[in-house]
Amino acid sequence: MSGRTLAYGAAFNEAVALAMDADPDVFVAGEDIGLFGGVFGTFRGLQDRFGAERVVDTPISEQAIVGLGVGAAATGLRPIVDLMFMDFVCVAMDQIVNQAAKLKYMFGGTARLPLTITTTAGAGVSAAAQHSQSLEALLCHIPGLKVVYPSNAHDVKGLMLSCIAEDNPTVLIKHKKLLGAQAEVPEGHYTIPLGQARIARPGDDVTIVAFGRMVPESLAAADQLAAEGISCEVVDPRTLQPLDTDTITASVRRTNRVVVVHEAVRFGGIGAEIAAQIQEVAFDHLDAPVGRIGAPFSPVPFSPALEQHYVPDAARIAAGVREVLHRPAPGT
Amino acid sequence: MGSGTTVIDEAVLLDLHRRMVRIRLFEEAAGRLAEANKLPGFLHLYVGEEAVAAGVCAALTDADQISSTHRGHGHLIAKGGDFRRMMAELMGKATGYCKGKGGSMHISDLSLGILGANGIVGGGLPIAVGAGFANRYRGTDTVSVAFFGDGASNIGAFHEAANMAAALRLPVVFVCENNEYGEYTRRDQSQANDDVIDRAAGYGMPGAIVDGMDVVAVHEAALAAVERARAGGGPSMLEAKTYRFFNHHGVQNLGQKYRTDEEVLAARERDPITLFEARLAESGLLPAAAAEVVRAEIRAQVDDAVAFAEESPLPDPSGLLTDVYSEPLEVQP
Repeated sequence: MSGRTLAYGAAFNEAVALAMDADPDVFVAGEDIGLFGGVFGTFRGLQDRFGAERVVDTPISEQAIVGLGVGAAATGLRPIVDLMFMDFVCVAMDQIVNQAAKLKYMFGGTARLPLTITTTAGAGVSAAAQHSQSLEALLCHIPGLKVVYPSNAHDVKGLMLSCIAEDNPTVLIKHKKLLGAQAEVPEGHYTIPLGQARIARPGDDVTIVAFGRMVPESLAAADQLAAEGISCEVVDPRTLQPLDTDTITASVRRTNRVVVVHEAVRFGGIGAEIAAQIQEVAFDHLDAPVGRIGAPFSPVPFSPALEQHYVPDAARIAAGVREVLHRPAPGT
Repeated sequence: MGSGTTVIDEAVLLDLHRRMVRIRLFEEAAGRLAEANKLPGFLHLYVGEEAVAAGVCAALTDADQISSTHRGHGHLIAKGGDFRRMMAELMGKATGYCKGKGGSMHISDLSLGILGANGIVGGGLPIAVGAGFANRYRGTDTVSVAFFGDGASNIGAFHEAANMAAALRLPVVFVCENNEYGEYTRRDQSQANDDVIDRAAGYGMPGAIVDGMDVVAVHEAALAAVERARAGGGPSMLEAKTYRFFNHHGVQNLGQKYRTDEEVLAARERDPITLFEARLAESGLLPAAAAEVVRAEIRAQVDDAVAFAEESPLPDPSGLLTDVYSEPLEVQP
């Protein structure tokens, strides 16, 4: 493959621009996304190109931002609304959970809600407890929403274009530590179907299920473990709701061991659901209990000295894999 | 007839009357059904507040949108909602507006610009602002109206919606139905401002108080606000002083601790329909006998809707998982 490489944030931006080019009903609204281009720069240049009526700077007002999207979507537009940090989802929860997710059902199917909510999640930049969370589990619990958490530049573009094309409310979660991560990204329009996992690395001995920033960490862990003779298969669900249980369990059936990884707090995380589904479908294929790796049960700490012990990394993932294989750490 | 310099067309006056009576008779029938335990769930009767929905919705076209509240039947009827489908929904029947999936608090008809009643206090306000955004985005002169109560004026969604509409200068009309109670708590215990409309100025939008028991006054104020929005003048707010003849929910009214019988009975003396019918009779436009003909006609339509709803099938459990997403749901465990 000879392709151009693009950063994750730029690939996201390109998806938005392509969609806006193709469909005049697509607009973007959010805090500082217009003139400033977004605090993470992911909307840079869009207002210059499409104008302030289509790339709308809003007040700091998350309920009204999502409501703007709900009302505009219900009346026929195809809005993209941005919540600057995923933590701010909590400020807009009524509009997301009680309105956007339920309108279609409550109205007996008559509503169409082509709304994309984008947000930026994740720890690792000393943003502390209110600007670092990964709250995907809250959203995956809500019937009516689709939840997407891309791990690389190629996927963020294709998944974002799928989200925009959806007639359902979707939440696309970017990880702030991935925004600069480069990958080969095709030019032009392409989509990645929602609900379709990807084998990020094939392997035989153990399956690692990871998404978002935990994918590169898991790939790094797999590299370390390869040196110890352990072959890891890394499965990236990409979409968490709907979840591609088939691809995950097919992998587990082959490897017979699995570790589920996420950055969010372990207790009640989406990993618990994934683990439960694996044992429901593939219990007879498991040679060890499903391993789960996530953050400890505390808010995200500020100091790098604390935060580095909080967010799961390649070393912790590797340790989790050794555990399900009953292998000692090297040198012990 | 008209309170100011404008003279409202006779056909409009009769239309206002008809809209109010439609609401009243539908609600009275719903109340009787609730007493007979034929309506599952909650029932928030609009009786007493008819002049607000009728006066405002008569100022709107079919294309204009409204967002409604938990006390939404009046708005839906005034905007043209179908009795049969509404009554069937109240009974949880398959023929209802929402196929029995929504009930009283979630009836919508997007073809009539009804963006839904709403079970969350204040929840409809940001949605009406979104519709207003879409209207301007498309370059239409369509207007959206957000109905809300005095109780909702204390919730964040109201303030965010008002500010957003004002900041973006959107064609939205905010209509507060101030019935002086948020559920079972008096307004003066819930807010320190004298009038809800005081808050409009805080968002840089004009506001007006109107007698919510005077359908003509409501209509004139609504016309002005809607025309302003249509002409690109931005959002504005109305506060209609009205009263809820029944409790927050259910069919009780008198003998309550949270408000006195004297207050309720005094409010009923200012029944918006009685007041308006007296004016219409006095002017000769609608003599009492003619008003009774209107009532009889509408009563027959309500009876038909009740019969339709009662005869309608219950929803089949096979539909439980449809309509969650726009495509068929792949059943999750």
